[in-house]
Amino acid sequence: MKEVYLDYSATTPVKKEVLDAMLPFFINSYGNPSSLYKKGREAKAAISDARKKIADLIGASEREIIFTSSGTEADNWAVKGAAYGNSHKGNHIITTKIEHHALLHTCEFLADNGFEITYLDVDQYGMINLEDLKNAIKENTILVSIMLVNNEIGTIQPIKEIGKITRNHGILFHTDAVQALGNIEINVDDMNIDLLSISSHKIYGPKGIGALYINKKIKIPNFIHGGAQEYQKRAGTENVPGIVGFGKAAELAKENLAEHIEKLTHLRNYFVDTILEKIEEVTLNGHPQKRHPGNINMTFSYVEGETMLLYLDVQGISASSGSACSSSSFQASHVLKAIGIPLENALSSVRFTIGDFTTKEDLDYVIDTIVTIVNKYRKISPFYKEKKG
Amino acid sequence: MFNDKVIDHFMNPHNAGDMENPDAEGTIGSPVCGDIMQIFLKIEDNIIKDVKFKTFGCGSAIASSSVATDMIKGKSIEDALKITNKDVVDELGGLPSQKVHCSVLSEQAIKTAIYNYAKKHNLEFEGLKGFNPDYDPHEHHDE
Repeated sequence: MKEVYLDYSATTPVKKEVLDAMLPFFINSYGNPSSLYKKGREAKAAISDARKKIADLIGASEREIIFTSSGTEADNWAVKGAAYGNSHKGNHIITTKIEHHALLHTCEFLADNGFEITYLDVDQYGMINLEDLKNAIKENTILVSIMLVNNEIGTIQPIKEIGKITRNHGILFHTDAVQALGNIEINVDDMNIDLLSISSHKIYGPKGIGALYINKKIKIPNFIHGGAQEYQKRAGTENVPGIVGFGKAAELAKENLAEHIEKLTHLRNYFVDTILEKIEEVTLNGHPQKRHPGNINMTFSYVEGETMLLYLDVQGISASSGSACSSSSFQASHVLKAIGIPLENALSSVRFTIGDFTTKEDLDYVIDTIVTIVNKYRKISPFYKEKKG
Repeated sequence: MFNDKVIDHFMNPHNAGDMENPDAEGTIGSPVCGDIMQIFLKIEDNIIKDVKFKTFGCGSAIASSSVATDMIKGKSIEDALKITNKDVVDELGGLPSQKVHCSVLSEQAIKTAIYNYAKKHNLEFEGLKGFNPDYDPHEHHDE
């Protein structure tokens, strides 16, 4: 059966070049990078090389990249580190209502421990308002954390302008760039970023490895304590094959960035335009232009998202929805809720994310399947009234 | 996650669609999970001669609707009222535990349609004693 993977924002396959780069570090150069003999030195050199490649992708310098186990660890470290490292100055943190749970649940933890959190609203496209941000800043504000690209609806925030505001106020600025990395241009200096979280498995690298960019001008306390690895900032024997894979993936992402963005944008627009042309009462969620080049989040009114996902799965197609009727306490996506989508439409929303291995033929197959699903299940929806004539 | 019978009823639901001039109609939904089921019945001499349904819900809700409507077709009203959500799940060959609540919708929709029918014709059925059409299936603990 045909298989089409359209969930690249959940994770990506590891590219062949990435896997090939990793393999020697499992079986040959497997030494502990802290060891002084040859196998150790080889591993250490490979880490340095990977770090340089990742730094290059975001316009940072090598010493500013600290490897972590994941994007989630990077988010936890950045936010808790900035909070506890500056608690003598204040206890107020500003973030948004549409952050990833890695951020939102970290903020909930901090709120339970004496910090005050402001969650900024977003508009119908998922965009924050810079005036709202300025108005939210208080004497005791110590950190602003706003994601670069949203994982559900793909909206790109005005990060550079946000960074200007935080710099003017002398407040630390963290951004979760997990979805942005390798999908839009990132330059940490130009964007006025102090802390930035990234992850390897979203850019065709392996799972289990991420990084936190820490601007050389700032200091936050350590999160994982132990040995002297990672410039004494993050302890634990390094995940050498993972780091090497992340480095190779970053190198490929930098080389192919313009081409990648162009290809994804073209395929995405083809998918969205064809769906809108073929099916009535469908809307694209998120910003029409300022969005991740591979993100498609659509509401197919009168068809439950999970129904669509199950049918797609049976046809070999992988996609995702922000909501699931999996327990007695149903929760619609907090992102769709924040952009003001009514519950029944949030229930009928599906996310398709395309990537480097997606073809037009794949999309045609998915489009045909979606047309079949929508026709079939709208007919049996108690809400749907077919338009005659 | 789902067995072949569930997938088959979901992909090719039986008794789905509209009915002209039904003798009984019932709609039940949960504002909590968003699932809604509407059921139409043709009743002659106390026998359910035909049944149609419309459901907005996940795959398990649609499969449950399909199999539950099969189960009541040709049955007497009293027998139809005896069908529980557990019977629906058993007939489907099982649902994942977090999806069992989706089958409650079918049981409740059948009872709601018959409740409306009984009210209209001033009838009483043993199987409707204690039935509350405003009941929320999600308050029901079914595991």
